[in-house]
Amino acid sequence: MFIPHTNEEREEMLRDIGVKKIEDLFCDVPQDYRFPKLDLPEPLTEMEAVTHLQELAMANESTRELVCFLGAGAYNHYIPAAVDSLLRRGEFYTAYTPYQPEVSQGTLQAIFEYQSLISALTGMDVCNASHYDGASATAEAGIMAYHHFRGKRTKFVLSPSINPQYRDTFRTYLGGNESLKIVGDQGSNPLLTPDELASQIDDETALVMVQYPDFFGRIFSLSQLAEKTHAAGALFGVVVNPIALGLLTPPGEFGADIVVGEGQPLGIPLSYGGPYLGIFATKQEFVRKIAGRLVGETVDTDGKRGFVLTLTAREQHIRREKATSNICSNQGLMALASTVYMSLLGKQGMHRVAETCYHRAHYAAEKLKQNKKYKVHTSQPFFHEFVVETTQPLSHINAHLLEHGILGGYDLEQDYPSLKNHMLLAVTEMNSKEEIDYLIDVLEEIGNE
Amino acid sequence: MSEPTIYELSSPGRVGVQYPEVGVPLSSLPDELVRKDLPLPELSELDVVRHFTNISHLNYSVDGGFYPLGSCTMKYNPKVNEETARFPGFTLTHPLQPEETVQGNLALMYTLQEWLKEISGFSGVSLQPAAGAHGELAGVLIIRAYHRANGDEKRTKIIIPDSAHGTNPASSVMSGFDVVSAPTDKRGNADLNVLKTLCDDTLAGIMLTNPNTLGLFDENVLEVVKMVHEAGGLVYGDGANMNALLGIVKPGELGIDVMHFNLHKTFSTPHGGGGPGSGPVAVNDKLVDFLPGPLVEIIEEGTDEVPPLFGLVMPPKSIGRMKSFYGHFGIFVRAYTYIAMHGAKGMRSIAEHAVLNANYILSKIKNTYTVPYKRICMHEFVVEGVIRDASGVHALDIAKRLIDYGYHPPTNYFPLIVHEALMIEPTETENKATLDDFSQALIKIAEEAKTQPDLLHTAPHNTPVKRLDEVKAARDLVMCCTIPDK
Repeated sequence: MFIPHTNEEREEMLRDIGVKKIEDLFCDVPQDYRFPKLDLPEPLTEMEAVTHLQELAMANESTRELVCFLGAGAYNHYIPAAVDSLLRRGEFYTAYTPYQPEVSQGTLQAIFEYQSLISALTGMDVCNASHYDGASATAEAGIMAYHHFRGKRTKFVLSPSINPQYRDTFRTYLGGNESLKIVGDQGSNPLLTPDELASQIDDETALVMVQYPDFFGRIFSLSQLAEKTHAAGALFGVVVNPIALGLLTPPGEFGADIVVGEGQPLGIPLSYGGPYLGIFATKQEFVRKIAGRLVGETVDTDGKRGFVLTLTAREQHIRREKATSNICSNQGLMALASTVYMSLLGKQGMHRVAETCYHRAHYAAEKLKQNKKYKVHTSQPFFHEFVVETTQPLSHINAHLLEHGILGGYDLEQDYPSLKNHMLLAVTEMNSKEEIDYLIDVLEEIGNE
Repeated sequence: MSEPTIYELSSPGRVGVQYPEVGVPLSSLPDELVRKDLPLPELSELDVVRHFTNISHLNYSVDGGFYPLGSCTMKYNPKVNEETARFPGFTLTHPLQPEETVQGNLALMYTLQEWLKEISGFSGVSLQPAAGAHGELAGVLIIRAYHRANGDEKRTKIIIPDSAHGTNPASSVMSGFDVVSAPTDKRGNADLNVLKTLCDDTLAGIMLTNPNTLGLFDENVLEVVKMVHEAGGLVYGDGANMNALLGIVKPGELGIDVMHFNLHKTFSTPHGGGGPGSGPVAVNDKLVDFLPGPLVEIIEEGTDEVPPLFGLVMPPKSIGRMKSFYGHFGIFVRAYTYIAMHGAKGMRSIAEHAVLNANYILSKIKNTYTVPYKRICMHEFVVEGVIRDASGVHALDIAKRLIDYGYHPPTNYFPLIVHEALMIEPTETENKATLDDFSQALIKIAEEAKTQPDLLHTAPHNTPVKRLDEVKAARDLVMCCTIPDK
């Protein structure tokens, strides 16, 4: 199978090493603990393994069988066939981090192009080779801001409408340092506007962070908040949905210092939550503060263009305890997926997907609004998602939707106790008008019960 | 000619994928929210496919050749893993679906948790961390949370041997600890005499890599564990080198308190050009309540006819979330497939042959290259990348010359405690002929170093690019391309 040794070869190798049997190679392992029994099932052949895994996969109900109106941080988008076809090239997925640039130009150029595309999409100057996901990238923004002020500013203002899991992760990462205060998201009103958040900013503040569009799908103009943040001397961080940026003003144009986001919508399957892609972009002036890998252009000894990992002196393998982050591996293959995706869609496709999501979500909201049983939050423009207040418990509504083959919206009460009976419905280009009409019909049916 | 970038290939008006019409009435959007320009390239599908296919050819990969990169366990990545991970029943499930609709996913994760516990001798596993360094961070945060829960707040010191991976000290500092480096003794073990002086009531724990980065199993491991525990500290085990230990010893049984796995090293999931990895963290009894979550547990026991009901549960004193959702599920499917195809005997065979292969290369080259610690090695070993009578030749030159012979270079200049280190890890999936040829190449290069040193200094010679100007890259900082002005 995967171990190629014949008995003869093994004997010959042991002889050359100078030991009698393979067990002799483990003489340094304490004898009482050596060769423990492992209680694992009998091994499967490839054929059996495929059947077994197929059974597990079939025990799920997937978005192939269910119509999906669930988002809340992971989005059901179409992935063109060419994306996975290229991802399956062994040259890409069986290589490691490009430490040897002469034999890694494929990976290096792909990352360089990824950096270019993300910078263009976000309107920022530079972008790293990725973090683990949107949540960890958000936490890394906090760490970068902390180091930027050399620990002298200790307050972090997070909008309550940042994805709750991102805020949790932020707290896990920064929890090691008890002198830090993470505020802004603990008030009674989760639906705070950017203006209301601004009152929390002071000269202790290192970072003000918001999501755009926010966790509830709302799109606010953020220029004023950016100005207030900068007036207090703090950094302004924005969590983005990259698909929305096919349509919306990029954060680089309204004063963002750090832009992070979940790259999953860019050609990466839902895959039950991972692996995804953590986007991290910033301004040129902060390039030496950025964590993770960066690829730069250079030339070889013949003057030919090539790419290398650059500014590596910031990283843990060189700086050890003085490094600002411990990040080692990133999401290389996922960054490649998003690079292929953005290249395929290009200028027109990215815009088309974004506007389709926008208009179809608004169509769904407007239609649902006509039913008085549902209060739809539409006072603010929104993207992908919108909040619906229901008269019945969401568990009841979602169970009913599931019976009709629909994956219903996200129950906001899980994260926001004050939002009882509030549902977050997501619409993407994958939801046809017919599917939306069907959802509205079933919701009406429930509403009339 | 270098390969053009996607921006250089762009032509206005091209599109690589068609989408259906919007198909619903249009809604308005305030002008100030609409972007004025979207500077993305424009290509056809074939442009894109050909471009990425062409640049893929510029990569060295495990599929293409021998990749003895020490500390990275570049073993073969079975193709069947790529099939199973792509079953639509897995890839098309949303992470927030009701638990009753994803029982297949949860069963797989639960079983993987159980298998990893059995293989390592620990009592709890969280699959959430996304990579080795992420698992380490989780582990160190667990140590911190444990001491705090005991009101033991003066414990601020973490001991890290000087042979450790750079991620160890970086993770400790991120978690708010002070790092104290501990030396390695003459046999390549942690120096017990120095450790003794560091074990006091400010000790939070030690981060131990075993086998260590010299490729040696620490002969003092039981004494180290005892010493640290007696001082009230905890022992962190860096599981990056677990490929040497499968079925050989369970770290949990040695008294290690917390350890991370690298599914992308030990359990054959691909390295992906730098990720995604997966770094589950395992703990013993006293730390299970602190694990990052959620974890998968059985909510209702099954019967003969009905399978158990699985659900997601947050441990009571959890350090919190390390990331969104539950970890790199797609990687779990690959690791699960791999373990399912090996069973207990297969696991042990992996470690045995990984160690056999490393010792075999060592036996072939030990008279040519200086071996700093003359012992039987585990799955990897370190030699000095310097040649007697060839003083101008460095480890880097040897590494680059290996490329001319068709190999990926070993890890070089790590660990830091070996002069001009070359760290070689063949893995169990390489056959004897490959190991023979590679050893021969190393011996031949040592000869060339004396007779034709320039061959080494100018290497590699037949790669898509030659040695690159890293100083220029760091000075000019060109990190983006754009559409060229025509």
